[in-house]
Amino acid sequence: MKLNNRWKRLLALLAVIGLVLTACGDDTGADTTSPDTTSPDTSAPDGECTEPDDVRVQLQWVAQSQFAGYFVAQDLGFYEDECLNVEILEGAVEIVPQTVLATGGAEFGIAWVPKALVSREQGAEIINIAQVFERSGTLSVSFVEQGITHPTDWEGKTVGNWGFGNEYELTGAINKFDVQDVELVGQNFDMLALLNGEIDAAEAMIYNEYAQVLEAENPETGELYQPEDLNVIDFNDPDVATAMLQDAIWVNAEWIAEEGNEDIAVRFLKATFRGWIHCLDNFDECVEIVLENGSTLGESHQAWQLNEILALIFPATNGIGVMNESLWDQTVEVGTAVVEELQGVTSSDDAYRTDLAQQAVDELEAEGLDVTGASYERRDIELRPGGE
Amino acid sequence: MLSFIVVTFVLIAIWEGYKLIWLQMGWIRPVRPDNTTMPHVWDMIIELFRPVRRGGDLLILDLAARSFFTLREAFLGFVIGGIFGFALSVLFVRSTLLERSFMPYVVASQTIPIIAIAPMVVVWGGRLDFPQWLSVAVISAYLTFFPVAINTLRGLKSPDPTALELMRSYAAKPREVLWKLQVPSALPYIFTALKVSATASVIGALIGELPAGFGDGLGRALLTFSQQFGARSVKLYATVIVTALVGVIFVTVVTLVERKTLAAGSRDFEVELMTGRATG
Repeated sequence: MKLNNRWKRLLALLAVIGLVLTACGDDTGADTTSPDTTSPDTSAPDGECTEPDDVRVQLQWVAQSQFAGYFVAQDLGFYEDECLNVEILEGAVEIVPQTVLATGGAEFGIAWVPKALVSREQGAEIINIAQVFERSGTLSVSFVEQGITHPTDWEGKTVGNWGFGNEYELTGAINKFDVQDVELVGQNFDMLALLNGEIDAAEAMIYNEYAQVLEAENPETGELYQPEDLNVIDFNDPDVATAMLQDAIWVNAEWIAEEGNEDIAVRFLKATFRGWIHCLDNFDECVEIVLENGSTLGESHQAWQLNEILALIFPATNGIGVMNESLWDQTVEVGTAVVEELQGVTSSDDAYRTDLAQQAVDELEAEGLDVTGASYERRDIELRPGGE
Repeated sequence: MLSFIVVTFVLIAIWEGYKLIWLQMGWIRPVRPDNTTMPHVWDMIIELFRPVRRGGDLLILDLAARSFFTLREAFLGFVIGGIFGFALSVLFVRSTLLERSFMPYVVASQTIPIIAIAPMVVVWGGRLDFPQWLSVAVISAYLTFFPVAINTLRGLKSPDPTALELMRSYAAKPREVLWKLQVPSALPYIFTALKVSATASVIGALIGELPAGFGDGLGRALLTFSQQFGARSVKLYATVIVTALVGVIFVTVVTLVERKTLAAGSRDFEVELMTGRATG
């Protein structure tokens, strides 16, 4: 009957959709779970690792050299060697690692200290267990014609910043040097506003946006912009000294208090630090590992980035990841001065602990690894147009 | 097809003409005519056939793989949203009370910006141990179900009241009324909705990829290339072109299915009418 025909066609349609769906499901499933398919048991030291601990680490942004240490530890099996099964959650738009930590979406999260302190004031019970970056990567960049070499030169200028807690070092400097007449404007993460002369100075990370300017063509010369074309204000500079601590590893206070989790944390830190230290002597390999995690990333840009990131970590005064207390104090001091949410915060000392990082560093040092990277020197990286 | 090509060339001519005139006159508003803000159209096309980075794949190959990844999420969202939207409309056509109670929520759901919903879905999905791609598909479905629900409801209500009366006088069960009368007459409405949903599902998948932190889809390419805009904007433009093509392809597929189904459906319907008359 005709009814039969119609039902047959509907069934056939459903069957096709079903097939496509299963195909989809299987494929995408395999794609996203591929990190889990590595079998940690096989390469465990002395066969003592029978059941690896599953942990997740939430990055602040998408895969790039800023997170090389984690990707290197993952890809070279350093986490496996510590009997960990680590899932790296790439950060992205609208994802705040502190929130992910607080809601139990990850065991470890990477966040800048001032932003994490604000999250703590808002109720997120998180603790800094390793201060990976000792120096700040934030700059204020301007063309030399502007003559801006110190925050006091911002007087009467239009100064760009990103907002969202990325601007505290800049507002800290304005406050510290009592700059009266400065127009603060929001800027995008591309550097177009600076290149087009819409703003006089722009906020830039030394490992990202600053390089982007140097990857752009100067229309007057037809060549790429050169460092000589630019003035930078480095907030680490002792003459400015409003730098605030950036990438650190945070955990949920409740999670770390549970039995056995301190041990997991030490192993995680050990493997991660091993990843970073590995990059000191195996620079090109580390760049390659980062590039494998993102086909849209430019090669010279990521090489530049790793070079600068390593310079933010090394030399590490107390060994990689162990807090430099005077910089913590400076961060809190600048923060309480200019960050509304941090006003009245008297003591943030319980916001960090150094024992876990110290233990990881001690164990690595006992193996003969260079935990301070005292001899690290920046390489010469040639940027290509567009960072390719 | 010819008209499409003509329009394409006219659009290119307008773009290049603007560039030319504004450069000559030294104007910079409303949009700067320089090669970063407004690169030549041919440079965008050429960029597709350059390696994405030194030693990397051609950009077009990289984007093709990404398109496939994003399309799969979009298609899954399209199916989930389509089924959910259809189910809602059937419920609503059966019960005016349900329609009156829930329709405001259905409408309200679409006034909440998807960028506000997307991170929540990803975070909740993560806590429920959903695979990430499912979270993205749910975000995509969120944009898809609405046009289907609204249009299908209208379609289900479209049969002539006399036809409904006829079905009732035959003592047709509600299920029979639905499948033999209401759904066939709703098909044109449903397909219109599906075409809207096809583009919406791609947008939903792109937006969902961002908070999900997916590195393999078009969303990531748009994100990283927009950051590199100042240094190499043609990559972003090339990616935008490919993204638009993905939407167009999806809609074209839906249109082809529509033609087949409606053609077959109307033949069937006529036959049924004739036999109905014969037996009646």
